[in-house]
Amino acid sequence: MLALLVAQNIAFYIIAALMVVGALRVVTCKNLMHAALWLVLVLAGAAAQYILLASEFVAITQVLVYLGAIIVLFLFGIMLTRAKTGTDDDLDNKKSAKFIGGGIAVLLLGLMGYSLIDGFKDTEFGNLMVQRTSQVSDSIFSTYLLPFEVLSILLLAALIGAIVLARRD
Amino acid sequence: MFLNQFLLLAAILFCIGVYGVLARKNGVLVLMSIELILNAVNINLVAFGAYWNATDNTNVSGQVFALFVIAVAAAEVGVGLALVLLIYRNRQSIDIDDVDMLKG
Repeated sequence: MLALLVAQNIAFYIIAALMVVGALRVVTCKNLMHAALWLVLVLAGAAAQYILLASEFVAITQVLVYLGAIIVLFLFGIMLTRAKTGTDDDLDNKKSAKFIGGGIAVLLLGLMGYSLIDGFKDTEFGNLMVQRTSQVSDSIFSTYLLPFEVLSILLLAALIGAIVLARRD
Repeated sequence: MFLNQFLLLAAILFCIGVYGVLARKNGVLVLMSIELILNAVNINLVAFGAYWNATDNTNVSGQVFALFVIAVAAAEVGVGLALVLLIYRNRQSIDIDDVDMLKG
């Protein structure tokens, strides 16, 4: 049991480091296409973390929806707005805005980090069990049936709205 | 594993996303930063879901909410990119700074 936990921890830290590096590259790199590809790394890392948390269905959905659909949407968006291929120096705000943004982000991180470390100290997960897909579906179609239906209406509305907005006429 | 590992990772990703929203000018990149933020929230939801699931085996609310967030994020990106496309078509640029018609 302990050996498994050590392996889990090592996997967590490797994937977490990759995710943080990828996220930093998404917000700093000068090439739109590369930013989208670094985003793939972050999203795949999140899927791997879900597997570490024994939440298999969310991990699969993450791969299908984010890596499969949303990244393709982003690539289409980049191509349809005829972004420069190669590096583009005109992607960021001016220096002062960047400094203010960085300051806000660091401040937020300090605040959240302090409250998380203070609040949860060394709470452990206990005995992580595989959360089965059948349980998830039972929960969606009983307890959360109404939010699920509202969500499907929202998706339909977003679909129609996107078509109306992007249509050429 | 500690619960805090996942929560701190999510906090770091969230802050990087906030920095991206504030520092980037390109519309598509701002949307990508919003994706980072939503993903950080999802990691939190799944981590707390797994934490509660370890004590009560029938409770999978964390996963259900993470799925809802994924669906809403998909809707958000669809509409957001349609808006960016429309801005590009009207002004031949997707710099958020250029969209300042409401300024007096």
